[in-house]
Amino acid sequence: MLEIKDLKVNVDEKPVLKGLNLTVKPGEVHAIMGPNGSGKSTLSKVIAGHPAYDVTSGEVLYDINFEMKNLLEMEPDERAKEGIFLAFQYPVEVPGVSNRTFLRTSFNSIVKHQGSSELSEEQFDEILKKKIEIVEMNPSFLDRPVNVGFSGGEKKRNEILQMAVLSPRVAFLDETDSGLDIDALRIVANGVNKLKSSDNAIVLITHYQRLLDYIEPDFVHVLADGKIIETGDKNLAHKLEEKGYDWLVH
Amino acid sequence: MEIKSNSAPKELDREYKYGFTTDIEVDSIGKGLNEEIIKIISAKKEEPEWLLEYRLKAFAHWQTLEEPSWANLNYPKIDYQDIVYYSAPKSKDENAKPQSLDELDPELIKTFEKLGIPLSEQKRITGVAVDAVFDSVSIATTHKEQLEEVGVIFCSISEAVKDHPELVKKYFGSVVPYKDNFFAALNAAVFTDGSFVYIPKGVTCPLDLSTYFRINAEETGQFERTLIVADEGSFVNYLEGCTAPMRDENQLHAAIVELVALDDAEIKYSTVQNWYTGDKDGKGGIYNFVTKRGKCLGRNSKISWTQIESGSAITWKYPSCILQGENSQGAFYSVALTHDHMQADTGTKMIHVGKNTKSTIISKGISTDFSKNSYRGQVKILPSAENARNYSQCDSMLVGDKCSANTYPYLEVKNKTATIEHEASTSRISEDQLFYLQSRGLDLESAISTLVNGFCKEVFKELPLEFSVEAVKLIEMKLENSIG
Repeated sequence: MLEIKDLKVNVDEKPVLKGLNLTVKPGEVHAIMGPNGSGKSTLSKVIAGHPAYDVTSGEVLYDINFEMKNLLEMEPDERAKEGIFLAFQYPVEVPGVSNRTFLRTSFNSIVKHQGSSELSEEQFDEILKKKIEIVEMNPSFLDRPVNVGFSGGEKKRNEILQMAVLSPRVAFLDETDSGLDIDALRIVANGVNKLKSSDNAIVLITHYQRLLDYIEPDFVHVLADGKIIETGDKNLAHKLEEKGYDWLVH
Repeated sequence: MEIKSNSAPKELDREYKYGFTTDIEVDSIGKGLNEEIIKIISAKKEEPEWLLEYRLKAFAHWQTLEEPSWANLNYPKIDYQDIVYYSAPKSKDENAKPQSLDELDPELIKTFEKLGIPLSEQKRITGVAVDAVFDSVSIATTHKEQLEEVGVIFCSISEAVKDHPELVKKYFGSVVPYKDNFFAALNAAVFTDGSFVYIPKGVTCPLDLSTYFRINAEETGQFERTLIVADEGSFVNYLEGCTAPMRDENQLHAAIVELVALDDAEIKYSTVQNWYTGDKDGKGGIYNFVTKRGKCLGRNSKISWTQIESGSAITWKYPSCILQGENSQGAFYSVALTHDHMQADTGTKMIHVGKNTKSTIISKGISTDFSKNSYRGQVKILPSAENARNYSQCDSMLVGDKCSANTYPYLEVKNKTATIEHEASTSRISEDQLFYLQSRGLDLESAISTLVNGFCKEVFKELPLEFSVEAVKLIEMKLENSIG
């Protein structure tokens, strides 16, 4: 459903991704690991459509109604409406806008695009009640401004709540495990597992193998110097944990 | 521009749906300003001698004054002799205000209907009584009978001068004396109409009261005057709206609003100001020079000003509170949005006189395009004001990099027991914030309006519900063209 072909991306005129290829099919969980600065976060931002990244060549084909469309030609909101989701490494604060309002606005703009009718506050609250259980979040978070004053872990959990509400087809989780203590990690990972289905795909970007103890990947890729240099199954992650990246890079 | 988008920028002027003109026969006087003109205005209104004298004194004083230049505003010199000071729709009976809507020119009724302010019995908005001011006169006031039942007086100031002279004489000019400033003196000399409100002791006004100001005639200034008196223990919610046609020439609007709250009384005054701003090149638009001030005369009295300033080419406006009564409270909640070539210099003054007085200032300025947006506020604690408290928060948001925002807080504390808090911030809508919202399915416009609504939330929540919905829509519409 998602095919990244020979993707080259510059940031501030410096090449960061240098010909990346990746194919993601429904029902799959991919993990992308790699040393700092290898381009992992760049990849996720480019997929979601951040305007500061300059794609110099390649394409990202995405299956929309049985037709492969180039994702790179779409605005970020159009991608979201078609089911692309990015759980941010550093979620952004939105002062004055309650989490509840934000989630509903977001939800409604997506369902509207998909041809369903928008939900009233009451109808949406019903859905929200169930979704919030998935990430074991205190409902009081719903009435606080988006991410304002949230701890690092709370912000990450909030990202997964958004994912739960928006039911994306392809979700990139950018270092969702970083900054989480072991309990929070378990909760977030359980949440992701509950959201996993045969219709959607999940791409985990992570530094650590420990997340993969909770969310089992079908594929593990090593991203180094802007390219995927190795692909394997979950055992590759264990090997990386033991040996680091050096044996692959050199 | 910090905000990038692949969509092409829109070159169109903002839609201003109130920019139409009403074609109507008028009774107006020639251009110019002198004693004769003032006498004509006074005669047209059949005013008592004391008021004419007051006008002439104000005019004499005005002639000694210089137009103020301290505000952060740039505009060509106003030629006060090139303005028409009185223009009114012709009524069937010369000199008299129409007694019922049947006597009113149907064009006027249609005009207000088009503005969303139906005046006729069947269509009018429930829960809100409206005084409709068209150019220099009040043409109709709705729900009068219902208000009279509880003793509330709501009429044009011209009628009040005739029908309630003792009340008018007692309070008129008591909060904003004609010597106050250049534009106050001008208004005192040439004011034509406006609203008068009196809420008797212990009465909570059963309806929201509202005045809608419409400038229509060309080359005409609007100089209205509003006086609201809330007697002991009373409460009133007052709303004000303003629009004008799109014209290439600038038009002057110089109003005075005076509020008086006696013991335990409360006045909430809200404005959505949407005068014509001029076109995208800065041509035309209203010059808005307004003196608004409330006096908390009584103990435990409260006055709050809430304003959404989204129109006018030039805004010069500082709704203020004099906190005289013990334990009295003043508040100022403001959103000022400037776009294209608009300039706004707005803020407040909180003068603490009485003991345990408290004031709150929340100001949100949003600047876009080439506009200039300044907050200017003064907090003054007099020696008599034991334990006075003030909290001020002034936030500015910039959209784009051609606009500017300034904050000028002035603080004068003459009593050591005062507690003053001041917070200020300037922010830009960041690319990361926009991207975050867009990545959740919000298009660029709704992402911006979400951020702006969040920014203005503390002010919007002070508005009455129907006004708050209108304000949000207005701000969104105005911002739409600033993105791209």
